[in-house]
Amino acid sequence: MATLTEAPPPPAPAAPEKAPPRRRGRRTPYWLLLPGILWLVVFFAAPMVYQASTSVQTGSLEEGYEVTWHFATYWDALSAYWPQFLRSVAYAASATVLCLLLGYPLAYLIAFRAGRWRNLIMILVIAPFFTSFLIRTLAWKTILADGGPVVDALGTLHVLDVTGRLGWTSGDRVLATPLAVVCGLTYNFLPFMILPLYTSLERIDGRLHEAAGDLYAKPSTVFRKVTFPLSMPGVVSGTLLTFIPATGDYVNASLLGSADTGMIGNVIQSQFLRVLDYPTAAALSFLLMAAILAMVTLYIRRSGTEELV
Amino acid sequence: MEQYEPEPLSPARAAAVRRSFGCGRAAPTRRSLLRASAGGALAAGALGALTGCGIPAAGRTEGGVSAEDRSEEEKQVRFSNWTEYMDVDDSGRRHPTLEAFTERTGVKVTYTEDINDNSEFFGKIQPQLAAGQETGRDIVVVTDWLAARLIRLGWVQKLDPANLPHAFANLTPQFRSPDWDPGRAYSYPWQGISAVIAYNKKALDGIEVTSVSDLLDDPKLKGRVGFLTEMRDTVGMMLLDMGKDPARFSDDDYDAAVDRLQKGVDRGQIRRFTGNDYTSDLSKGDLAACLAWAGDVVQLKADNPDIDFVIPDSGYVTSSDNLLIPNKARHKTNAERLIDYYYEPGPAAELAAYINFVCPVDGVKDELAKIDEDAANNPLIIPDRAMQAGSHSFRSLSAKEETAYEEKFAKLTGA
Repeated sequence: MATLTEAPPPPAPAAPEKAPPRRRGRRTPYWLLLPGILWLVVFFAAPMVYQASTSVQTGSLEEGYEVTWHFATYWDALSAYWPQFLRSVAYAASATVLCLLLGYPLAYLIAFRAGRWRNLIMILVIAPFFTSFLIRTLAWKTILADGGPVVDALGTLHVLDVTGRLGWTSGDRVLATPLAVVCGLTYNFLPFMILPLYTSLERIDGRLHEAAGDLYAKPSTVFRKVTFPLSMPGVVSGTLLTFIPATGDYVNASLLGSADTGMIGNVIQSQFLRVLDYPTAAALSFLLMAAILAMVTLYIRRSGTEELV
Repeated sequence: MEQYEPEPLSPARAAAVRRSFGCGRAAPTRRSLLRASAGGALAAGALGALTGCGIPAAGRTEGGVSAEDRSEEEKQVRFSNWTEYMDVDDSGRRHPTLEAFTERTGVKVTYTEDINDNSEFFGKIQPQLAAGQETGRDIVVVTDWLAARLIRLGWVQKLDPANLPHAFANLTPQFRSPDWDPGRAYSYPWQGISAVIAYNKKALDGIEVTSVSDLLDDPKLKGRVGFLTEMRDTVGMMLLDMGKDPARFSDDDYDAAVDRLQKGVDRGQIRRFTGNDYTSDLSKGDLAACLAWAGDVVQLKADNPDIDFVIPDSGYVTSSDNLLIPNKARHKTNAERLIDYYYEPGPAAELAAYINFVCPVDGVKDELAKIDEDAANNPLIIPDRAMQAGSHSFRSLSAKEETAYEEKFAKLTGA
């Protein structure tokens, strides 16, 4: 265990080299924090406490709900709905990987090669946000319609045979299959991947590339040794911004999926609204939160927090 | 773990530490503040808070809870309805029947289309009703099972028959006495909804579909049939197909019906469970055949001649959307007058001509024929004798049954 004295001094923020602030200013940080803290209490802490309470209650609408510390709800929920948990993680992870594969080249292009088209391409990336999430997802039902040009092309190229064997599609359709759900997730969260990637790529000093070239690095080596490592903060925040909301998403699964592509978000929604089993729904929400928190912590530990800044 | 022994601090270091409490590392930082507030507050308050936020039992009172009726002073009524469930004029913004009501009675109608889904709407109004507050609505329109639940919970008000002479006289016998509201003490139907089988002729390509079994068993329809997310319609049609009566069935019958549907899901026969969105899938041909609501089919057929419907020999499930007055509504009398107004043949016919669902009002046929001859002869709007004979309703469920059945159905639909 490291002792206190051995701890390296943290990189101090550029402290003003003046005398310590006057006494009067001491409370200022608290006052400045107040709006933020109030916001957190009202819109984060209070609902969390309420949900936590709901998850250990038992009862019905007729008899009311009472806190009975019935923790078995958590176990029951997990054992009933673990397939949906796994499916959510798998879909979200696939969508995140796809977003990275699609988003990185595009962000790279915008940052280094777009020249005067840069702003235009950026606007094109953000433009879909100007219409509703729902409308954009519904549009995919037309794009991927059975017998439509996309599905026909995929069928002719025998792509559907391959994906069908992998269990991603069934027969000669794409809609109402896992593939459609993953595609929908990828499409909807792609900008969340591109924007942070672009920001961190754009910050890279072009002279570093030149220097690497001067040292006889091939373009592929420059990318591997210079560009990609320097863009890691963007990769980490991009994957987080994509993966976290994608795991809890239920719109894509309900519009583009079928009965066997239900994600955990769909379960929580139907437990809350249809079955009216509020405790199970609350317990599932907490389990989802815990699962995401655990995965994200692991991920950040492995990729290094300092790169997130 | 080895013992941690603090080294004595040198004087300079000690001074630095003291200083740091004021404005250095130990000064309030985001982290220390969060730790202090989160740790302290949570530890102290969490237990109390957690136990403190149960949901009170539904305040059951016979006949509902009324507020002071301000119908006389405030000449208005606030009406919450589903989208596209009211006649509109050519401009698309005005509702002729509502305007005629205002003209006649002087009561202004605040009409809001804020209901999209029964479950969601229940989620929206449940907190207020459970807490005994008013919802800001004088009339709401919800489907049978939710109406039954609201009545069961005591969250809606008993209607005053004196204000409803037309409604009492003109209500079609088919809708007179549902088991969840005998004699219509709390509710009057807005429109009836029949679940039928709709198909797209082009997509079927000669395959004949006449029953729910055809939907589930024909291998040529694999992945191209849809069922409804509305549990009572889907399971009700399945029960009928299996020779059971949805008005009298047991737990075992229910399980058998769900099992049969589950096999369809497992084999990939059923493409999706849909809400209203089956309409676009059906007209595109992604769904070759599906369970559908008759009112939609009338509309779809008008736009796309390939769409048609069939009523299975085993019969079909009819439900209704009902007008209810929630607890503490401020304008109860005005609301009752509005309900009664829509049971006069004139306004009822105007409405039926526009929205094409089953009209629950007797004596509308002649009025409707004046507006639209085809609609008056369409058995989906004004049911003829044969149509009425095939109609079945889903029995009302106890709270326990409802939870158990919805849970099984949710599993079936993949959520």
